[in-house]
Amino acid sequence: MTRHEHTADEMMAVEAARRLREGSVCFVGIGLPSLACNLARATHAPETVLVYESGTIGAKPTELPLSIGDGVLAETADVVVSVPEMFAYWLQGERIDVGFLGAAQIDRHGNLNSTVIGSYDAPKVRLPGGGGAPEIATQAREVFVMLRHSRRTFVERLDFRTSSGERVSVVVTDLGVLEPRGSERELTLTHVHPGVDPERAREATGWPLRVAADLRETPPPSERELTALRSLETKGAE
Amino acid sequence: MPLADAVARDVRDGDVVALEGFTHLIPHAAGHELIRQGRRDLTLVRMTPDVVYDQLIGMGCARKLVFSWGGNPGVGSLHRFRDAVENGWPAPLELEEHSHAGMAAAYAAGAANLPFGVLRGYTGTDLAAWTRVATIVCPFTGQKLSAVPAHRPDVGIVHAQLADRRGNVQLWGILGVQKEVVLASRRSIVTVEEVVEEFGPVAGAVVLPSWAVGAVCLAPGGAHPSYAHGYYDRDNDFYARWDAISRDRDAFRRWMDRHVLGTSDVGEYRRSLEVAIA
Repeated sequence: MTRHEHTADEMMAVEAARRLREGSVCFVGIGLPSLACNLARATHAPETVLVYESGTIGAKPTELPLSIGDGVLAETADVVVSVPEMFAYWLQGERIDVGFLGAAQIDRHGNLNSTVIGSYDAPKVRLPGGGGAPEIATQAREVFVMLRHSRRTFVERLDFRTSSGERVSVVVTDLGVLEPRGSERELTLTHVHPGVDPERAREATGWPLRVAADLRETPPPSERELTALRSLETKGAE
Repeated sequence: MPLADAVARDVRDGDVVALEGFTHLIPHAAGHELIRQGRRDLTLVRMTPDVVYDQLIGMGCARKLVFSWGGNPGVGSLHRFRDAVENGWPAPLELEEHSHAGMAAAYAAGAANLPFGVLRGYTGTDLAAWTRVATIVCPFTGQKLSAVPAHRPDVGIVHAQLADRRGNVQLWGILGVQKEVVLASRRSIVTVEEVVEEFGPVAGAVVLPSWAVGAVCLAPGGAHPSYAHGYYDRDNDFYARWDAISRDRDAFRRWMDRHVLGTSDVGEYRRSLEVAIA
């Protein structure tokens, strides 16, 4: 693939990685967040600190882990702490700069649902649940959300509020970037990815999506970013 | 002590049982023994119920689940857990759902012989309305904090790497809440990869002295498909395969009949899987 041919997932990982400042302490989940943080380490922010909720602080995986507790995380960490210590001293202790969250549903204020579809006591779909999310959402200095854009996910009203949107600073989707704007901190489309019509993002959002007056296009992944990303993906697949 | 004897002696129908392991050192062999011995009406406690709890729930061992995240890590849903919650199969499952921070605080409080754990948590979440959590006021600063009732399981079960001849236990790598659950529980069972004459120091290791542990049982490979740091890796393929096995009630029962009910211990279980793959 050339630099102009990249997948939607790659664009999401690249855009989230770019937003990490050098030296940020990141509370990382599996999947795209893990890919984004490892990409930041491999490109502009080598001192990014990866903290996985399994207790590994300063993990430097050379391959992408499948679970947050893979052995490679413990082997490469600066220190491994117990889970009570992780949540009490490090997260509640406000030592985390950026927490990453995903969800099954998000509303216009960045509140997230990862608990149930339908009612709590008689759910249509029982999801895994919040795990660390309620406290990550209120104790990390800021929260990055990574989600694929669709009306099923971007909803007018959550079936259940698993975590608060109060510290969400950015939502990176496969179509663009949403950021809280105004006194209501309503999520507003501030960037579209290359070639994406903002109308598509509107259609994929279950509430009347605000589009920023200064809407911009995300720069496409550079060759350096794509090379680094694919090297991580290849290692992870072996 | 043989694992089957420890389970027969220490785990009764209706007990509150916590099999812990945060991805690492999950006591699968002990969970399988609970299934073989047909335990019923258990209240199962665990931060991250995954495959072994899916198996216990699907085999009808559980009445209630106390947890904070119930999925197949890196793969998706736990289908037996979902079937129990969504359809009441094979039996309805009562839930007490917490956040990870709340569960961790509850275990730490139990280990410390306190009635509740305290944390800044459960704010901005609907969970608070559906679970056992209360707001308390700090007597010194007036700050509002959350209290969760301590976990005091009847039986705590974990897996570890080593025991020595005297029954001291050593574990290292990702530590989860292994130490807390053993110290919070009235009785405890620890399965280990290996028993040695004497163990040496390992960086970052936790040691549980023999007098703080109940039964110690040799069960090499007893964490599979989870892993034991320094012994074997996580069987990521198995977790991926579990998705298809567990999706269908009949396929699930056939798998359990063959690999758990049809085997007598962890050695036979491991051999039955090798035959199935070959």
